[in-house]
Formats: sequence, C-alpha cells, structure tokens
Amino acid sequence: MNAPGAVTPKLRVDGATKVYQTVSGDLLALEDCTMAVQPNEIVSIVGPSGCGKTTLLWSMSGLHGLTAGQVLLDNRPITGPHPDIGIVFQEANLLPWRNLEANIRFPFEIKHQQIDRVWVDHLLNRVGLEGFGKKFPRELSGGMQQRAAIVRALSLKPSVLLMDEPFGALDSFTREEMNRLVEEIWMDTHTTIVFITHSIEEAILLSDRVVVLSPRPGRVARVFDVPFERPRSLEVMASKEVFDLTNAIKEEIVGRRTGITSAEKREPAVAS
Amino acid sequence: MSETDAIPEFRKQSKEGGEVSLTNLSGFSSGIGIKSTREVLAIIAVAVIVIGGTELALRVFEVPPYIMPTPSSIFAALIGDFGLILPHLGYTLVELLSGFAIGATIGLILAAVITQFPFAEKIIAPYILLLVTTPMLALVPLLILRFGFGYTPRIIAVALAAGPMVMINAATGFRRVDSAKIALARSYGASTLQIFWKIRAPMALPMILVGLMIGAIFGLLTAVGAEMVGGGFGLGNRLTTYSSMIQMPQFFAVVLILSFLGILIYVIFFLIGKKWASWEA
Repeated sequence: MNAPGAVTPKLRVDGATKVYQTVSGDLLALEDCTMAVQPNEIVSIVGPSGCGKTTLLWSMSGLHGLTAGQVLLDNRPITGPHPDIGIVFQEANLLPWRNLEANIRFPFEIKHQQIDRVWVDHLLNRVGLEGFGKKFPRELSGGMQQRAAIVRALSLKPSVLLMDEPFGALDSFTREEMNRLVEEIWMDTHTTIVFITHSIEEAILLSDRVVVLSPRPGRVARVFDVPFERPRSLEVMASKEVFDLTNAIKEEIVGRRTGITSAEKREPAVAS
Repeated sequence: MSETDAIPEFRKQSKEGGEVSLTNLSGFSSGIGIKSTREVLAIIAVAVIVIGGTELALRVFEVPPYIMPTPSSIFAALIGDFGLILPHLGYTLVELLSGFAIGATIGLILAAVITQFPFAEKIIAPYILLLVTTPMLALVPLLILRFGFGYTPRIIAVALAAGPMVMINAATGFRRVDSAKIALARSYGASTLQIFWKIRAPMALPMILVGLMIGAIFGLLTAVGAEMVGGGFGLGNRLTTYSSMIQMPQFFAVVLILSFLGILIYVIFFLIGKKWASWEA
C-alpha cells in the first residue's frame, strides 16, 4: 500500500459503509472501506461477484448515499452527483430513442449548456466515431456503443472518470481494443480513472494500482502496485512479472474464498 | 475502429431485437408489414375471389337482399348514398375525437402522476381495472337520461371508454423504470422534471401509443354503440335506422365505413409509432 501521503488524493473513500434495506432484511454491502485515488492515477477495483464494487463506485459518484463514512473529492465531501465526475456505465447505457449525436448532447441539455462542438468532435474523432452521429444505438456494435458512452462521459471534461465494468459485455477482442482506447485517452488527458472490472488482465493493463475487495461485505483486502511503463506493450503484458502479478491478485481473490493457493496455477502463460 | 467486427455485432443485436420485442408496437406492426408487390397482389386476389365468390353465390342461390345483399349492391349504396351518410360520419367523428381527446388527456395525466406514487397507485389500481373492464356502453341509457339525446352523453361515454385504456397502458409505460438511465440523468444533476421529460416519458412512449390506439378503437365502438341506443344522428343511428327499414345495402355500406375508420385508427398509430417509437420495435 503506497499511497504517497504528500499529495492530496483526488478521491478518498473514508470508512465507507453501506447497508441496503431489502425485503429479506438488511444487506451489508460495504463495511469500513477505505481507499484513496491520487490525481492522474488509474485505479482498478476487482473482487468476487457481489462484493460491493458497483456500490463503491456509485458512492464515489454521489449517486448513492453511504450509511456511514464519506467520499471526498479534492478534500471536499461528496453529497450528490458532481459535475467534475464522469461515469461510464455497464453496457453503455445509451438512450435508445436518441441517435448518437443526441445521446452525446444529453449532458449539455441537462445542464442547459451549448454543446462544446470542438471538444466533442475531437473526442468522437479520438474514438473513431466521426460520421456516426445519425445512427441509433441499436445500429451500433457493443464496442461502438461503449465508445459513444465514453465520449458522453468525457464531454463535460470531468477530472475524474468512473467506469463501472464498462467492457464486461464485449467479446475479448473488442475488449482489448477498448482497453487500448482507454489507455490512449488517459495518455491524452491524464484524467483520473477508477475502473471496476472482473478481468485481472484488464486491470493490470490499465491501472497504476489494483484494489482487491474482499467478499461481501466489501472491504479493501489488498492493494497491488502495477509499476509498468505505458503504453503497456504485448511483450510487457506477456512477461513473467505480469504473470506473477496476475497470479498474486487471483490468489488474493480466489484463494480467500476457496483456500486454493497459487500452486495450482490455472492461468495459462501467454506464449510470447 | 474496425468495421469488420462492428457488422456481425450489429446483426446479432438486430436479430435478438426481433425475437425479443414481441411486446408493444411490434405486436401490431407485424399486421401491416407488407413488403413485396407479390404479397400485395395476393391480398388483392383473395379480396377479388372472396367478393366475387360471394356475389356469384348470392346470385346463383337467389338469396333475398334482406338476408344478405350482394357486394355490388353494397358498393352501389356506398357510392349512391354517400352524400346521405357523410353528415353522420361527421357526427360520429366529432364524438370520437372530442371524447377521445378528453379521455386520453385525463388518462395520460393520471398515469403520469399516479406512477410517481406507488402507494396511491396500489390503492387506485382495482378501481382502474373496474373502469377498464366495465363496458361503458352500459352507462349510456343513464347518461341519456341525465344529458338528453345530444352529443354530451356520447362524448362522455367515449371519454369513459378511452380514458382508462389509455391510462392503464401509459401507466405500464411509466412504470418501466430503468434505474441505470435515471442514474445517468441524475449524474448530470437532472431535476425530477428533466428526468420525467427526458427519460421516463420517452421510455413510456411506445406503451402510451399502444394505449392511445386501443383507447381510440374502444372509443369508436362506444360512440357507435351509444348512437344505437338513442338520438337521431351518427353512424350507429344509421345502422339501426337502415336495418329497421330493411335497407340492407345501405346498412352494410355503413358497416364498411366503420371498418375503414377502425383501420384508419390502426394505421395512424402504426405510422406514429414507426416515426417516434421505432427504437423499440
């Protein structure tokens, strides 16, 4: 855990606890979860299904209140949705009755602002969606929909981008492509990114640090540093270091639950 | 941007869409999904055979016109007496349009408001169901007693028939809450009103259109039924008048006009749905 204490964290989660009231009783989703995200950092959050990853991210976005604890953006507590935070949702979450152009205009409409043509066109260009403005979401592939969602999330120039398992529904090739796109966008903008994923590979490719949450109730089990240079080449991704890191993270997630140790080594090595 | 993987992805999705969307608009869009000229020709051929065959059979077996007039005499009556029937079509349309406008407006507003309050909705639900299932035609004698033989009882009956249909379907639409889409709007600081107009209303639109269509058709039924109960004008009144005078060709000419009205309602809402709610079907 090496949170450089000198810098004010961009985003800090302090003792976050969240209880859901359900029909079958209270459900403790997060318990005393504490973590920090430094400016310009990409942090991935991984963990077993239902460990509260999405709850944590929604709390960071201000969409959810916490039962206890708080989230601080630039040292100020977040009490509701914040204009400085952009969100990329699961499965794109485009509005199906609006074409791509109108979907990207949506945040500006809500804010009663004129669309920032130059910036939006730059983003559309960046993700390769120029000329698709009149298409409706159903006419676009899953990857293209998620590109549009990224453009929408960045359209108001947030300083933090929260991504909630954005590529979980995509096939592995498209996913790889999208990961590279996020990497490129980050090298472009250095936007602070919090990235939730099920894929350890994705987490390592993208992040400076990988936060592993424990099974429910979610707590920070361990934080792994990912010290590789960007852009992370295929060679780096196939290296022994990445392999070992992958196994260590996997052991942290799976091992905790089942007691399986890394000796089992089920992850096949990538041929380099 | 790889076009190559985009295309199969798109196909897969559109195929899925076609399979899943048995609900809502696609249900009645399939009804007039005629594409090729061959299909059109076949439909016309069936019509010619059925109408021609009926004409032939009625002539061969010398069926008296008071039992069943020949198609040719019905068409002759439709054209020859159209001038006589036309004002009554106008009366019926006035009743239908004003009753529907009143009923649909109230139904829509109630649906939008009530779905915001789940508790109130639960309490009101059985009464709405009662309004939907009660044939409002049954109230017409009472309404006539109270309001006389003019437009008023008919317009009220049409509104009572159309309103609950619009409301129950629109409410289903408004209840289709997609929490992710609402969260999206909220993440940009959208107000409750903005969420309503930019998320809930467009999401409900396909179901609203279904409700409007069903409401309009129920309204037409009720208007004609109310006209048959009492009063001296309207297409329903023509039906009772012509049948009592055994003017069967004219009677069937009016039936044809009513069928045409029903189809017109269907086509209008189909086209509106195609334009504004095609994202769902």
